[in-house]
Amino acid sequence: MAKAKAKPTRAQQTSPAASSKFDLVGGLRDAAIAALIAFLLAIPLLSERTVQEAGGLVLENRWWLAFTAAVLVFAGRLALNLFEQSRRNAGDGLRAAISRNTAWLGDTSRFLAPGLLVFAVILPIFPFSDRYIMDLSVLVLTYVMLGWGLNIVVGLAGLLDLGYVAFYAVGAYAYAIIAVHYDLSFWVCMPIAGVMAAMWGIILGFPVLRLRGDYLAIVTLAFGEIIRIVLLNWTDLTNGPNGISGIPRPTLFGLEFKPFGENTFANFFGLDYSPLQRIVFLYYVILALALLTCAVTIRLRRLPIGRAWEALREDEIACRSLGINTTNTKLTAFAIGAMFGGIAGSFFATRQGFISPESFTFIESAIILAIVVLGGLGSQVGVAIAAVVLIGGFELFRELENYRMLIFGLAMVLIMVWRPRGLIATRMPSVFLKDAKTIGADLVGEGHR
Amino acid sequence: MSATWMADPILDVEHLTMRFGGLTAVNDLSFVAGRNEITALIGPNGAGKTTVFNCITGFYKPSEGRLTLRHGQGDTAASIDRLARLTMSGGRHLGRGDDAVFLLERMPENEVTAKARVARTFQNIRLFAGMTVLENLLTAQHNSLMRSSGFTLGGIIGLPSYRRAEAEAVEFARHWLERINLVDRADDAAGELPYGDQRRLEIVRAMCTRPVLLCLDEPAAGLNPRESAELNALLRAICDDGISILLIEHDMAVVMGISDHIVVLDYGEKISDGTPQEVREDPAVIAAYLGIAGDEDAAAQGAAR
Repeated sequence: MAKAKAKPTRAQQTSPAASSKFDLVGGLRDAAIAALIAFLLAIPLLSERTVQEAGGLVLENRWWLAFTAAVLVFAGRLALNLFEQSRRNAGDGLRAAISRNTAWLGDTSRFLAPGLLVFAVILPIFPFSDRYIMDLSVLVLTYVMLGWGLNIVVGLAGLLDLGYVAFYAVGAYAYAIIAVHYDLSFWVCMPIAGVMAAMWGIILGFPVLRLRGDYLAIVTLAFGEIIRIVLLNWTDLTNGPNGISGIPRPTLFGLEFKPFGENTFANFFGLDYSPLQRIVFLYYVILALALLTCAVTIRLRRLPIGRAWEALREDEIACRSLGINTTNTKLTAFAIGAMFGGIAGSFFATRQGFISPESFTFIESAIILAIVVLGGLGSQVGVAIAAVVLIGGFELFRELENYRMLIFGLAMVLIMVWRPRGLIATRMPSVFLKDAKTIGADLVGEGHR
Repeated sequence: MSATWMADPILDVEHLTMRFGGLTAVNDLSFVAGRNEITALIGPNGAGKTTVFNCITGFYKPSEGRLTLRHGQGDTAASIDRLARLTMSGGRHLGRGDDAVFLLERMPENEVTAKARVARTFQNIRLFAGMTVLENLLTAQHNSLMRSSGFTLGGIIGLPSYRRAEAEAVEFARHWLERINLVDRADDAAGELPYGDQRRLEIVRAMCTRPVLLCLDEPAAGLNPRESAELNALLRAICDDGISILLIEHDMAVVMGISDHIVVLDYGEKISDGTPQEVREDPAVIAAYLGIAGDEDAAAQGAAR
């Protein structure tokens, strides 16, 4: 918040008229100072290296590395300066520029959403949709669904939840255990898994009702870890670290996706068996589940409960003064968010056929939260784009191995610099009298942080 | 004293005491607010006015005292009996419709608004800045809309009865927006409105909860004289609609202009109670406001703190 407040003042200091030209000298000077600092830092860090040689350790001199670092910093800093200036010149300050950019994205998102939807529906028929692309798309859509589920809790109700993966795990294990032990199909178990997760959402909700901000984040984080550790240690039920295998695959009205057998999809339609059929089927299942999540969220936003969630994010005390039962409101947000997490978890279990506690670590929660924050709190389209960029991008850079973490982090920093409130930070009103006007990001509350 | 407010009080504050640790913010305060009247609670800074408000509206649990709110006439034998039974039973409220009696000190803040129908505004405006003016007013009608949406289940499958209820709620909001001349800005974010409009919108939002008692914490703070006059007219009109108002105010023009009854607090105790005329001439009030060392009790207490 403090950062956000500091920005307009900095922008205001340079009036648009005074800085209508690029301040090249200032920019160069600033870049030179940054390069000097980088050079001084690089001398001890980069330029000397100890090398093992026959006579013992010797120092290897690598001055060129320090110079390269300085040059890189100089170029980067100069580019950043010019970029900032050009934006400042474009309007009356950074804040205005951001809200204008955001408004543009918000408007585009109206056309973007149907476009993305059509693309998602016809994706499997494209020639480039091989097994790898389809597998990746299923993964991306799982995260889209998780992002939309968490968006209810974090984006709408403004409750920072760092343990969302717990509900994902509850859903996955609920499905796996019920399906393996009672031999029930995916379509029967999935709603049960959703209800189980919702129940755990309420159980988590109760102790955190009175908590805000950091405290809420820590307790939800702990809850995520508790669930994982219970799964790891309750060996009788969960098979501990060995996980549960042989989880039944989903069927299409009883038709299985197997190479052999009577009642298979390929047999019924008289097709040749291809493993791609099952993946395309899974793709449509997760697409339908994700769209269900989205549709329910959009619907809920226009109902009193959704409005109460957003009001809760804006001002909890005012909510209570209007007679809103904040306990119930928060618990419904936790329960519905958790339910979609649980359903996504049951899908994850049926897709993998094997689950173990390793799949439900804190990093999963962090990634889902990153998707929601980068996408823009409360924005459905933004969350979908962020999931595609984050998960898809993460996969595309797989060849870079450990460096992809670096790129991942850098990309997130850049997005947050460029768009501090996420890709689509504007808010569309849930109801209007004459016409719906987009509400600027700076007015929308961030919730309990 | 045969004051009008004694005849039919909507709110009866008896021996209200509020302590925070060793500090007694409100000490043995008793007063009544008359039905269909504007009652003002005034006093110097730190006198405990907002604390009294927070006790009435359920945001604080009073240390001692009884806060009775009646939806109907209170001096009938049946009503007196009902209050006695309620007090003994440990319950929060008794009776329905005009018979209903509420003990506000036992209720959480959301029930004070939802059941006892006491609405409030805040000293520092608490609108939902990122939501539109209309959304603010619909959020205020949450409980009735929740019921008509079948607690979300009916609404999610799109029952026509919910759509009708929502249209009615929008109409109700529009009615209030017309009264404060804000219909044109219904679709703007509440945070974008000028300060004076935000103040009036907060009052109207409280009115959308359909209260019987409206509690306003410094509604005229920061308003210019013209806005202040508009506010007076609005409050008078609300009162004429049959809604009782309890307000905290520093602006003497507002207080003297519209109040039927004034209660003066100083250091958490009542120092005066009466019509604007009576209060204006009360030496204790003059001493408290002008700081003349004539009121030795108050001075001694001030030194003790």
